[in-house]
Amino acid sequence: MSHTQAVITILAVALGTLVTRVLPFLLFPDTKDPPQWVRKLGSVLPYAMMGLLVVYSLKDVWPPAPPYGAPEGISLLFVYILHKWKKNTLISIAGGTALYMALVRVFA
Amino acid sequence: MSPNRKALAAAFPLTIPVLTGYLFLGTSFGFLMGSKGFPVWYSLLMSLCIYAGSMQFVTVQLLLGAFQPVYALGMALMINARHLFYGLSMLEKYRGKGKCKPYLVFALTDETFSIACSAACPEGVDSGRFYFFLSLLNQSYWVAGSLVGSLLALGLSRLTQLNAGGIEFVMTALFFVIFLNLWEEKKHRIPGLAGAGAAALSLVLFGKDGFLPPAMGLILLFFLADSRFSKGGAGG
Repeated sequence: MSHTQAVITILAVALGTLVTRVLPFLLFPDTKDPPQWVRKLGSVLPYAMMGLLVVYSLKDVWPPAPPYGAPEGISLLFVYILHKWKKNTLISIAGGTALYMALVRVFA
Repeated sequence: MSPNRKALAAAFPLTIPVLTGYLFLGTSFGFLMGSKGFPVWYSLLMSLCIYAGSMQFVTVQLLLGAFQPVYALGMALMINARHLFYGLSMLEKYRGKGKCKPYLVFALTDETFSIACSAACPEGVDSGRFYFFLSLLNQSYWVAGSLVGSLLALGLSRLTQLNAGGIEFVMTALFFVIFLNLWEEKKHRIPGLAGAGAAALSLVLFGKDGFLPPAMGLILLFFLADSRFSKGGAGG
């Protein structure tokens, strides 16, 4: 692929990505009130999306095969306990990640 | 303090978890690009104008294949369709943000969304500037990571011996902790579980390469069918 073709490919991906980000705001600009059902959707979707993102970030885990999702499961449990205990976002994330990095070496 | 300094100071602490994640993921992306022999400016161009993590990794594959720009566009639309939901969720928060708004909309990544949707702008800080710096800081981490990764791959091959495997879990932990924070509020639990449940079900049924569109369809169906949500019982 030439530089020109590569730049066109990159811009095509950028355009596709931009469309997905701009579309909701184009359909419902500041001056136009979105209908009630859209506003209700907007008030619950952020929480549903966060649930989806947790699953999305784990999509490469395959529990039926070794190590049976153990590093992820144990680390998430650890994050949960740490978070209940310290209630500090950074400590929970750093602790969980450190444990996970250790576990993938143990289970490798 | 000037309004800009004030907004920057309020936004920065909230972006620290993303700082770690983006520096690492951005560096991995840049490193992958560099190791495939692509010049540094490709990585910079991608992180500046695409600015979507998982899609940029897919784009590396696209650049290695035949020249098919329409296919590339279609892939970007599919993989990033979840952004439609982020936009719908942020209509109210980003309303009336004037000059800042185009950039806020462009820079609405998974991580920026996860921070912005749960962050409250502090008293006395201009909210447009607050969200602007939140978004700008996050993209600067991503761009910096891409640059560092590309340079590493090009120049310092002995550093490939460094083994940081598993650090990508920082993103899973980030999403999970935000999920736990939202869980504290009872009214967020049903939407949170619905999202996770729909995604998990869809992942089992459709596999990891095509589960996002059906998962999003399921989530929409759930909320449109549930009268508590469509008739206004669960406001806020």
